[in-house]
Amino acid sequence: MTTKLLVANLSDIDVKGSRTMRVKGTDIAVFRLTDGSVLAVENKCPHKGGVLSEGMVCGTSVHCPLHDWRIDLRSGRVHEPDEGCVNTYETEIDRESGSIYITI
Amino acid sequence: MTMAITKKKLVLIGNGMAGVRAIEHLLKLSPGSYDITIFGAEPHPNYNRIMLSSVLAGGADMQEIVINDWDWYKENNITLHTGHRVTKINTERKKVTSHLGIEAAYDAIIIATGSNPFMLPLPGADKEGVIAFRDIHDCEVMIDASKKYKKAVVIGGGLLGLEAARGLLHLGMEVTVVHINRYLMERQLDEAASRMLQRELELQGMKFLLQKSTTSIKGKRRATGLAFTDGTEVDGDLVVMAVGIRPNVELARGAGIDVNRGIVVDDFMQTSVSGIYAVGECAEHRGIGYGLVAPLYEQGAVLAKHLAGVETAGYTGSVTSTKLKVSGVDVFSAGRFEESPGTRALKIQDELAGTYKKIVIQDGKLIGAVLFGDTSDGAELFASIKKGESVAGREKEILLGISSDLLGQSSGGNRLEAMGEDEIICGCNGVSKGTIAEAIMTKGCNTAQAIKSCTKASASCGGCKPLVEGLLTLYAGDSLGEQVKEGICGCTSHSRDEIVDGITKMRLMSTKEVMNVLGWRNPEGCTKCRPALNYYLGMLYPEEYVDEKESRITNERYHANIQKDGTYSVVPRIYGGVTSPADLKKIAEVAEKFEVPMVKFTGGQRIDLLGVKKENLPKIWAELDMPSGHAYGKTLRTVKTCVGNTFCRFGTQDSIGMGIRMEKAFERLNTPAKVKLAVSGCPRNCAESTIKDLGVIAIDGGWELHVGGNGGIKVKATELLTIVKTEDEVMEWSSAYLQLYREHAQWNERTAQWIERVGLDYVKKALEKREDRLALMARIEKTLSLTTDPWKQIVETAELRKNFEHLTGEQSMQI
Repeated sequence: MTTKLLVANLSDIDVKGSRTMRVKGTDIAVFRLTDGSVLAVENKCPHKGGVLSEGMVCGTSVHCPLHDWRIDLRSGRVHEPDEGCVNTYETEIDRESGSIYITI
Repeated sequence: MTMAITKKKLVLIGNGMAGVRAIEHLLKLSPGSYDITIFGAEPHPNYNRIMLSSVLAGGADMQEIVINDWDWYKENNITLHTGHRVTKINTERKKVTSHLGIEAAYDAIIIATGSNPFMLPLPGADKEGVIAFRDIHDCEVMIDASKKYKKAVVIGGGLLGLEAARGLLHLGMEVTVVHINRYLMERQLDEAASRMLQRELELQGMKFLLQKSTTSIKGKRRATGLAFTDGTEVDGDLVVMAVGIRPNVELARGAGIDVNRGIVVDDFMQTSVSGIYAVGECAEHRGIGYGLVAPLYEQGAVLAKHLAGVETAGYTGSVTSTKLKVSGVDVFSAGRFEESPGTRALKIQDELAGTYKKIVIQDGKLIGAVLFGDTSDGAELFASIKKGESVAGREKEILLGISSDLLGQSSGGNRLEAMGEDEIICGCNGVSKGTIAEAIMTKGCNTAQAIKSCTKASASCGGCKPLVEGLLTLYAGDSLGEQVKEGICGCTSHSRDEIVDGITKMRLMSTKEVMNVLGWRNPEGCTKCRPALNYYLGMLYPEEYVDEKESRITNERYHANIQKDGTYSVVPRIYGGVTSPADLKKIAEVAEKFEVPMVKFTGGQRIDLLGVKKENLPKIWAELDMPSGHAYGKTLRTVKTCVGNTFCRFGTQDSIGMGIRMEKAFERLNTPAKVKLAVSGCPRNCAESTIKDLGVIAIDGGWELHVGGNGGIKVKATELLTIVKTEDEVMEWSSAYLQLYREHAQWNERTAQWIERVGLDYVKKALEKREDRLALMARIEKTLSLTTDPWKQIVETAELRKNFEHLTGEQSMQI
């Protein structure tokens, strides 16, 4: 069973920034990109568990703050030359109200 | 009637690196003297086989690894038959025949058939999914397999096997490397270096099964895995054999040419049959077959001269060194690097930095070396091994690399100067010292980049770049171009200076503008260029530029040091290391209230609260009500002081007062990299001023200013900048020095590296005139006047504070 959560408003997240939340024991990072999209991934780098929400956002990727691994926020895949993958969660934005929903 | 000049007919069998290289030489030495025909079994022009792993890794495509494109053959009137394997040499009728029936007459033949991968004769080796790693076709099979299958096994933990494994990892496969020996790459590395490499590769996701001998390949039609002699098994839908190579000698043997393991050649690469030569991996010279590119090029050069009728000394064999990048890790070895009776070895291993160096000495001479992680000493060590010079008494110096550190360029320069004109600098492209010198002196090449495009030196693996740069310094003299241009990161090919120049000239005002105008490859840059641009913009336009917090590294965005578990540490400012009972109480109370897991004194005379949760940071800052110590940023960190004449019986000046004054003046200053200061009250130097970016030491009646020290990874002592009399002069010189550093260093370059790069004389000259110092001082004061305490700002601004708080899912609906 999946749950759809209203987690934030667009104005709560800076562009190229992120916010964090904990749902069902999982830490999730919600990013807002320059292109206006909002993407959510598990907030844990597959390398050494770095907190991805605190990393720098470049394009559609985030750089882990611990060792600079680069994770694609759309697919959850780690960019070469490193390897790995994080869970991604479906997001939805109500453009009128700015509400952000995440399906867990 | 025109006189027909009958040219001699030369046939090259094998369209690979070694053979074509010899032809290239020949064309230069004696253009038009031969009618040249080339046969190649592969359907491609000559390509750089060394780069195959890059093709696999997706870093290069086929086009990029071609050395001689189709046009090259046309322009040089070479008849090329690709896709033709020569099956017969008829020495009586002097012609060769391909497997498709094409014939070519010859006066001379160069056999450059290279080698074949050695396929283990295992039961099941003929199954689908069992391949070698040798040519473009193998790469294509691997790329295909990666789309359908998940698991790959590579047999062979040598260089080739690891490169194949690396490529497969890139293709998204799970890769296990099976190796028969106790450790990897035993031909190039000793055990210690090999273990370090293994650890590194394991971190990248490679798996290893060592001391395993394969008995059979499992599976029905297609391979599904391997079985080993010890009864264990491993799964794999793709099996790559990379256990070694075997010189391709069948053609030569069939023609009655003497063949041992390889085709036997003399010092002029002539085989046992007159007019037939052999070069490259298929040849065996004085009992040795070479597999690395440098010796093959040396052979080709001798052969080309011989065929052109140019007098030349014969080929006498090569002492080889291996300098490689294995999966992003630099390794080097040369000579006899395994310890054996009669040899003594010196080693230095740093598991933190991931570096290792071993030198092996026999009878006072350097006979072998292994480097891991940092291979910058490789060329020098290799030269010493080749020369066979006595190193008695200098062994430790060589191990620790002291001489090169102390003497810097000059020792390298001397060695380069002594090098013969025809010694090869760039092994990959066979470029000699003479060719590079000529390019510099007669063709006006004054940067490494120019030399690269003009001569191809350092165009392939880039390992010889330091030597090319050395030659540049040696020959270019005054015409030496700007520091070698290299992009500041993968997103751009612009150097720091070009970027700063562009920003100033075009008045660019945001990182986005810089990236757009200067043509960045990645539209939003990366963690290297964005913070750098943010720094340069802020440095150039202190008043107008709006700092981009999203372009700051994590620590500078959260104004605290991120720890490995995602918590942060808090270090309040304690000016000059002098605190008070009231402040201490406050810190203690805050630590108790927020249950701070650890309270620790730092090396910079302050207090660190470690293990603080992000959401508590603004609360702790508010309760502390102390300025940020900026223990996390590229900025002024601490000003360490000793007690000085306030209490100390040796003190000559008030070092505490001086230190506090400096810290209050320079706190919050953005700098290219962190800056640490210290003030000692007498030459006993208890504040350790001589390993700081700026160290002040009091003397009787004045102050010494020392600069460019570093106590970090690479310890470096300061150099004396000047001696002044008053505290005001200390401030004037310090301000000017720090601003000069801000304006000229690269982002993330500490003062030690910066001064090493530009030279202390440059700094001294720039600060020599009082008017220049005052101008610099005015600029730093302007910048400083615009800074505010970041902790206070965050505490007072909800919009900034929100980023420290978690979101709460407010409403849920189940679907």
